Amino acid sequence: MSTDVGEQAEPDTPPEPSLFDELTGATAGWRQAIIVPLLAVATALIVGAVILVITDPDLWRVLRETPGDYLAEVWSVVSAAYSALFRGAFGSPRAWSETLVSASPVILAGLSVAVGFRAGLFNIGGEGQIVVGGMLAVLVGIKLTALPFPLLMLAALLGGIIGGGIWGGLAGWLKARTGAHEVITTIMLNFVAFFGSLWLLKTDLYRVPERADPVSQSIAPAARLPRLLTWIDPQLRVHGGIILAVLAAWFVYWLLFRSTIGFEFRAVGFNPDGARYAGMRVSLLYVSVMFVAGALAGLAGADTVQGVLYRGTPAFSAGIGFDAIGLALLGRSHPWGVVLAGLLFGALEAGGREMQASVFIPVDLVQVIQALVIIFIAAPALIRGLYRLRVAEEGPAQLTTGWGS
Amino acid sequence: MRLELEGITKRFPGVLANDHVDMSVESGEILALLGENGAGKSTLMNILYGLYSADEGHIRIDGVEQDFGSPSDAIAAGIGMVHQHFMLVPVFSVVENVVLGDEPTSAAGVLDLRRGRQRLTEISEEYGLRVDPDAIIEDLPVGVQQRVEIIKVLFRDAEFLVLDEPTAVLTPQEVDDLFGILRGLRDSGKGIIFITHKLHEVLDIADRIAVLRRGRIVGTTTPAETNTEHLAEMMVGRPVDLVVDKSAAAPAEPVLVVEDLMVVDDRNHPAVEDVSLTVHAGEIVGIAGVQGNGQTELVEALTGLRDPLRGSIKIGGVETRDKPPRWLHAHGVAHIPEDRQRMGLVLPFTIAENMVLDSYYDDEYSSGVVMRWDDVSARAAELSKQFDVRTPSIDVPASTLSGGNQQKVIVAREFSRDVRLIIAAQPTRGLDVGSIEYIHAQMVRQRDEGAAVLVVSTELDEIMALSDRIAVMFEGRIVAVLEGGSVTATELGLYMAGASPDGAKESA
Amino acid sequence: MTTALTDARAAITVRTPAEIRRARILGILYLVLAGFVYLVFTLGADPGTSASFGLSRPTDAIAVPDATVPVRGFTVLIAVVFVFLGAMQLTRGFDKKANVVLGIVFGLFVLAFLAWAAAGKSFSLVGMLQATLVQAVPIALGALAGVLCERVAVINIAIEGQLLAGAFVGAIVGSASNIWIGLLAAVGTGVALAWVLAVLSIRYRVDQIISGVFINIFALGLTSYLTSRILVEIPDLNNSGRFLPWEIPVLGDIPVIGPVLFNNSIFVYGMFVAVIVLNFALFRTRWGLRARAVGEKPKAADTVGINVYRTRYVNVLLGGVVAGFGGAFFTLGSAGRFDENMTAGLGFIGLAAMIFGRWRPFGALGAALVFGFADSLQGKLAILQTPIPSEFLLMAPYIATIIVVAGLVGRARPPAADGQPYIKE
Repeated sequence: MSTDVGEQAEPDTPPEPSLFDELTGATAGWRQAIIVPLLAVATALIVGAVILVITDPDLWRVLRETPGDYLAEVWSVVSAAYSALFRGAFGSPRAWSETLVSASPVILAGLSVAVGFRAGLFNIGGEGQIVVGGMLAVLVGIKLTALPFPLLMLAALLGGIIGGGIWGGLAGWLKARTGAHEVITTIMLNFVAFFGSLWLLKTDLYRVPERADPVSQSIAPAARLPRLLTWIDPQLRVHGGIILAVLAAWFVYWLLFRSTIGFEFRAVGFNPDGARYAGMRVSLLYVSVMFVAGALAGLAGADTVQGVLYRGTPAFSAGIGFDAIGLALLGRSHPWGVVLAGLLFGALEAGGREMQASVFIPVDLVQVIQALVIIFIAAPALIRGLYRLRVAEEGPAQLTTGWGS
Repeated sequence: MRLELEGITKRFPGVLANDHVDMSVESGEILALLGENGAGKSTLMNILYGLYSADEGHIRIDGVEQDFGSPSDAIAAGIGMVHQHFMLVPVFSVVENVVLGDEPTSAAGVLDLRRGRQRLTEISEEYGLRVDPDAIIEDLPVGVQQRVEIIKVLFRDAEFLVLDEPTAVLTPQEVDDLFGILRGLRDSGKGIIFITHKLHEVLDIADRIAVLRRGRIVGTTTPAETNTEHLAEMMVGRPVDLVVDKSAAAPAEPVLVVEDLMVVDDRNHPAVEDVSLTVHAGEIVGIAGVQGNGQTELVEALTGLRDPLRGSIKIGGVETRDKPPRWLHAHGVAHIPEDRQRMGLVLPFTIAENMVLDSYYDDEYSSGVVMRWDDVSARAAELSKQFDVRTPSIDVPASTLSGGNQQKVIVAREFSRDVRLIIAAQPTRGLDVGSIEYIHAQMVRQRDEGAAVLVVSTELDEIMALSDRIAVMFEGRIVAVLEGGSVTATELGLYMAGASPDGAKESA
Repeated sequence: MTTALTDARAAITVRTPAEIRRARILGILYLVLAGFVYLVFTLGADPGTSASFGLSRPTDAIAVPDATVPVRGFTVLIAVVFVFLGAMQLTRGFDKKANVVLGIVFGLFVLAFLAWAAAGKSFSLVGMLQATLVQAVPIALGALAGVLCERVAVINIAIEGQLLAGAFVGAIVGSASNIWIGLLAAVGTGVALAWVLAVLSIRYRVDQIISGVFINIFALGLTSYLTSRILVEIPDLNNSGRFLPWEIPVLGDIPVIGPVLFNNSIFVYGMFVAVIVLNFALFRTRWGLRARAVGEKPKAADTVGINVYRTRYVNVLLGGVVAGFGGAFFTLGSAGRFDENMTAGLGFIGLAAMIFGRWRPFGALGAALVFGFADSLQGKLAILQTPIPSEFLLMAPYIATIIVVAGLVGRARPPAADGQPYIKE
């Protein structure tokens, strides 16, 4: 009924710029692409400090008893916390190593969400894909122990790719075949994967024979991602996963912007009807996009089990699949942006652990800060309003249009 | 009563949509507001209805200044609007739609639909607007939906009715019905503003005519004082040649042969039934018909976007029923889709990317796996120049172009290949006269170079100007096939309403 | 004349291969289930054993004897019914009643399963149903919060976060004062988060999925942080007590129904009241008509003078009231204290129940009861010593929802404008 767009679009105003426009830089200049994320992170840290201050019982006592010392005390608490955060992230070789350890799975998961965004699909199923990919990587790592080092490691990584790819591809297939919205199906598949892994970990396939709790056998040493800097200090946990993440970012960049498949991915993302008209096989593309996205998340799962845990445990995805959404937004769904954002999130994680260990501030504060980063990026108007920024009007992030058909 | 607009001005970024517009309408009068697509008619009416706010100017009723901050203010002041795209909730019943926003309720806000139904029946009897109050909107044909829109306005005791392009989706018979209803409303004392870009309608229904061009009122007249040529000149700003300059067709071998085609729509209702049709090389066949009579589904079936239920489609002698769009594209079929923004373009893509939207996989632009962006850019630049696409750069998003230039991008992409069959759906919808003329000329040129051309349009003028032969579609069937030169608009209109010529239902 | 013709044409619907295939799949499914019931449940039970279902508890005023059924005979009967329904489905089809039949088949299958699982044992059906009802409370309230939002086209995947925050604040305030004020504070918290969702989605037009993800992560992070930071330090702030069941006089004495329905905490009663009121309000009142219009076609609502933004704000905030109430259930209705991430995904099951219930209050309640049943059954499986892993029942609601959104069993149709921000001018 509303096919008569020409008449409706009077006067000829361009449509509301979408997140995709921003991502492709169609409306936003490079300065904005950097200033807004920076301010978003800074603001999130400030709000985090405020939360820190108002939830500190000692500071309330100071305010009651010696109000004159209050500001100085506030400063000392906040600076102690954030310097611990910074120290834990960048303060030493060990801190750098921890930052990179935390960064590699979130970068991979962030790339997964970014590929989805670029192709118009919202992959909120990172959690499930991480679990399935990781579980398959573990299975390879505990069963094919006959294989020597690089082969077994690669086979396990491939297991992660295939596991995550299938789990993501399933959502793509459901969308292509039945029109089921990927947001709903991926949310549901997250839980199916979670309970499925819980069950599998208790079966003989994974279980440690003499134990009943849901923890798998350890993967063979040959399946581990090798640690990179143990020649400096055997304590340094940084492993091959970070190289994997950077390679994956490079691959995603090539795929999206240099290859014909990327052209199709992006065309489907912006306009599925147009893609169909242009002779692209939209159904196949939905499956392919979600397979690639799922494979990247599955790789994040493999990275976690092969690089850090060396076994399957319940809920080892640890919310990475959701953090990844913020990461993709922060990195503007550009592969290199995602890498930078991933380093930041990795630094926050590593720093948060140090903060908890040295000044006893619960690491969950980092999660709050990450959530705030997400929303400040997704609603740039909040940041602009806050700082009275005189930058060109930027469209709000709008990706999902209903989840019916 | 008298409704007056004075000095209405509205600016959008980069566009002056309304420039000091003065206009007025009295009770018991039909004022036609005539203007090209993009002249600013809809903007003006949205201001009158409180949907937009004017940057300058006044609205007065009987001399009393009005301030319409929202549609409710306009409704309260007695202004009702029948929108071009109906403002009905598809899953609601007729009565629910009519009462929405002005609901009769019993205690505590509980709906009293019985009272609404009663009032609705009174109105429909008084003005001859027949409709079943309990029918669900999405099950009703558009003509009836429009009646519901009019009832909705009358339900709110409107004294002034604004109708925005009300005939676009109606059959000629329905148009006659509508005009009858409008005259009845006028005679009972309502003031009516009738917005259109169709010249003959204006002469038919209006008491007075105001012509809007580029946001300004360029003249007011009455049907008695003017004729179509004069109105067209006022509307466009220069003398308009209403006929397309073309020589007689020289049809050669058949290119597209359709036999007994049956296609269903998205809701599985039959949309195309037993359609048989032939288009020869070197001729333009036009498919006339009111919107929604199966043309969309026919085109989708022909271009590989919709699977037919049965029947056969042969292009160049090859059965293409099950061929995908990509195959058709590779075998010389060009397709100008009915909705350029929804299908023809990927708006956030650059012009260069859009120029290769359906040929990016070609050896010319990629190695099959990796894109050759330099070659894409070079070709896009060349085509933009050749097809007169007015743009600062080929690297700007297609969304920044005007409708006419967007359509030129599509035409450039589709016509720059070696084509033997062109399927063009609503190729000039919503465009200004200059772009229309350009695109028509391109289509005639393709015909003269030996392509078979199938044009689907709801605009009678376009069909009559372009076509060598005309097939009329009604309710999914081709009810008549006529020679282009000899047919009159009245005749076409009859067929579009479903009249069938005596025994002339043979295939083309 | 034209009208009549077109109307008649619109009435003709061609059955597509997909629909025919679906009908056939269902028919075959029933036959397969018949075989499954016979092979596993009938032959799996020893001849002569019977299952005993407890229909009352020792404390009930009127004791009802247990219902005892012979397992083999009972399951064979159900298998025969399945064969009959399958044959009907394959030959005649059930058209519009197909989903009703599917529901009956599902119910009978569960009965056959229970008979088999409880073979030779006694199993308290009343206890099971009561547990189902209690499990359904947070799911149903979460789903209703979703219905309120999505009926005005605001997608709410933040239900989980709203429940969690409501539970947290309910516990703290309940501990510091009393549980009634705690309940009020929980509701206020639900509204506060709803307000955040509303402002982000309506005013700033942020993608609603992202707003929802933000609220979920934020609520989880903040409540976990505060739990470690404050509740661990001051345990007195995490000891609220809870609302006890209150038996409705007379009604509570009715056999079977009484103990199940009329001896509950205010959360169960609140759930029923909310469903009934909301259903009436949505479909019978001016407010509901306007809300639904805003969700289906906001522009149409706008042109008749309905304030689209205000309608959306009001509904999303009302959704917050319901979600906050549902959140309080976790602490004030059930545990009496707050634990980190204690909602454990029930908000997402609520979302699933909303979709499964097709965006209707009674549908949402029905779905919540089915999911609640699966959940309480999962708890009983270990007791019954069946070989079915409890995880399978835990994932059942999610799989069921995927099946529904995929349209394998009839298509769920959300409000047409769901998820789209409204842009005026």
